[in-house]
Amino acid sequence: MSKSVTDIPFHPVSAPDFLPPAQLRALQFQRLKAIVQRAYDHQQLFRQRMDERGVKPADLRGLEDIARLPFMVKTDLRDTYPFGLFASPMHEIVRLHASSGTTGKPIVVAYNAADIEVWTQAMVRSFAACGVHAGDIIQNAYGYGLFTGGLGAHYGAERLGATVIPISGGNTQRQLMVMKDFGVTVICCTPSYFLHILDQASEMGIDLRELPLRAGIFGAEPWTESMRQRIQAESGIRAYDIYGLSEIVGPGVAMECQCQCGPHIFEDFFYPEIIDPQTGEVLGDEQEGELVLTTLAKQAMPMIRYRTRDITALTSEPCACGRTLRRIKRISRRSDDMFIIRGVNVYPSQIEAALLSVEGTLPHYQIILTREKGLDEMEVQVEVTAEVFSDTIGALEALQQRLSHAIESTVGIRARVRLVTPRTLQRSEGKAKRVIDQRKM
Amino acid sequence: MKLKQLSLFLENKPGALSAPMRVLAAEGLNITTLSIADTQNFGILRLILRDWEKARVLLEQNGFVVKVTDVVAIEVPDKPGGLAEVLAVLEGTGINVEYMYAFTLKKENKGVLVFRFDDPDRAVQTLQQHNINVVDHLEIFRRANGEA
Repeated sequence: MSKSVTDIPFHPVSAPDFLPPAQLRALQFQRLKAIVQRAYDHQQLFRQRMDERGVKPADLRGLEDIARLPFMVKTDLRDTYPFGLFASPMHEIVRLHASSGTTGKPIVVAYNAADIEVWTQAMVRSFAACGVHAGDIIQNAYGYGLFTGGLGAHYGAERLGATVIPISGGNTQRQLMVMKDFGVTVICCTPSYFLHILDQASEMGIDLRELPLRAGIFGAEPWTESMRQRIQAESGIRAYDIYGLSEIVGPGVAMECQCQCGPHIFEDFFYPEIIDPQTGEVLGDEQEGELVLTTLAKQAMPMIRYRTRDITALTSEPCACGRTLRRIKRISRRSDDMFIIRGVNVYPSQIEAALLSVEGTLPHYQIILTREKGLDEMEVQVEVTAEVFSDTIGALEALQQRLSHAIESTVGIRARVRLVTPRTLQRSEGKAKRVIDQRKM
Repeated sequence: MKLKQLSLFLENKPGALSAPMRVLAAEGLNITTLSIADTQNFGILRLILRDWEKARVLLEQNGFVVKVTDVVAIEVPDKPGGLAEVLAVLEGTGINVEYMYAFTLKKENKGVLVFRFDDPDRAVQTLQQHNINVVDHLEIFRRANGEA
């Protein structure tokens, strides 16, 4: 079905993916020194924190000295809203993007022309890594607008020489019509939206396995290996994980190759570290912790040691594709997705794993946290599917029981499981909202 | 001799029943009878209607989870002891009634009992051996509509 790795046309822009490690480290260090100097000269907040620590850009003697630099966090972007972290004068800035701003003010990010070029190259390398090439017809269902997904993928796909359909998110029936009638070979969207497309396709009597579609580039939210398996089985495509975040550049920070064994970080642009989220201490490869990224080649808004809140591990195990870039393990949770209930730390991914362990076909769920008479309660709402629906009350109650037990044995907290009608939970065209915290603290 | 029954998952909340009813009404599909089984959180709506295949497609297109189940309809005189007589026949056979509901036929002094058995085929056989009138698909809709 899929071509073997050696059949993939090599795109010249992918050359840095294969740099010998020593050469890559030298390049990273050279770029790190320049970007730290730039941030020190133009970002007041960064300079102030460096001065407080008594560290100067000239103190960087090797890559490992990055550990001496202060972290940046998401609230720094809010506190300096809108333009406080820009390191280029406004007349050089050619693009602004902003987050959806679910909590208060959005965060704003800026690009000069050189930054757009870096981003475009990262996206071309992302497409090329999973075998997408000139001649492909790419349906770009990431949202266009302030969200970085749409335009990021768009620029990369055009540069690659593919045909881009800038359909953006939403209107699923039209997405399917276009996919079928235009002979789409590659789709870009969030994994939860692709599940929605699959549901809609089966209602419209369209079998994606019969279409030319062969690859999906899914990102902008955490997803699981079982979601990948389901997507691949039901649509016959290969589902690839792309990683990125607006604060760093947008999509294209890391991308899976055809081996599908975790996204390779484009390390010559984005320097990764893993830290202990409690102590801030830098951890070694293969150790799990919070991913911290430094933009090595972005000028308008450098980010030095940005704490992503994504929990993962770096691996330097050689990859069959030959890339020397380290990979991150699948990001299934974020340190700020975590919620605490009755003193226990719970990640939505644990709830998802518990639900999938029971039936394997219950991907749509939402966690509602409430406080009743001072006691925290967790309700997990799960959409009923045709596979698990039974005509008898007893069988459905037994299903609720099994789900509830699976959750309790996974996280140690009893949850009330509530079966709900299909498609009543918010199935975003953007990111799935997994946790609704209604507790009044 | 079995009837097709549609079962729908419903949440136990205001408006949950009217949504599927609107779907069927819009297409002019008439329901012969229905029953609802409920718990605190959810319910199962069970429908008997002539155009069950069309109804199923419509409901599924509108996002409902639908299951088709074989049920057995039995005609009994609308008088005391009607149900007891049927149950007496089944006693000792090991056939289990999972649930049942009943309705009466227009213009006839008859009741129809709708049963979900664990083994519908054996139930039909047993009932017919005891001369109990198991009503078939065509007849039930004809008579429910008061046609001669």
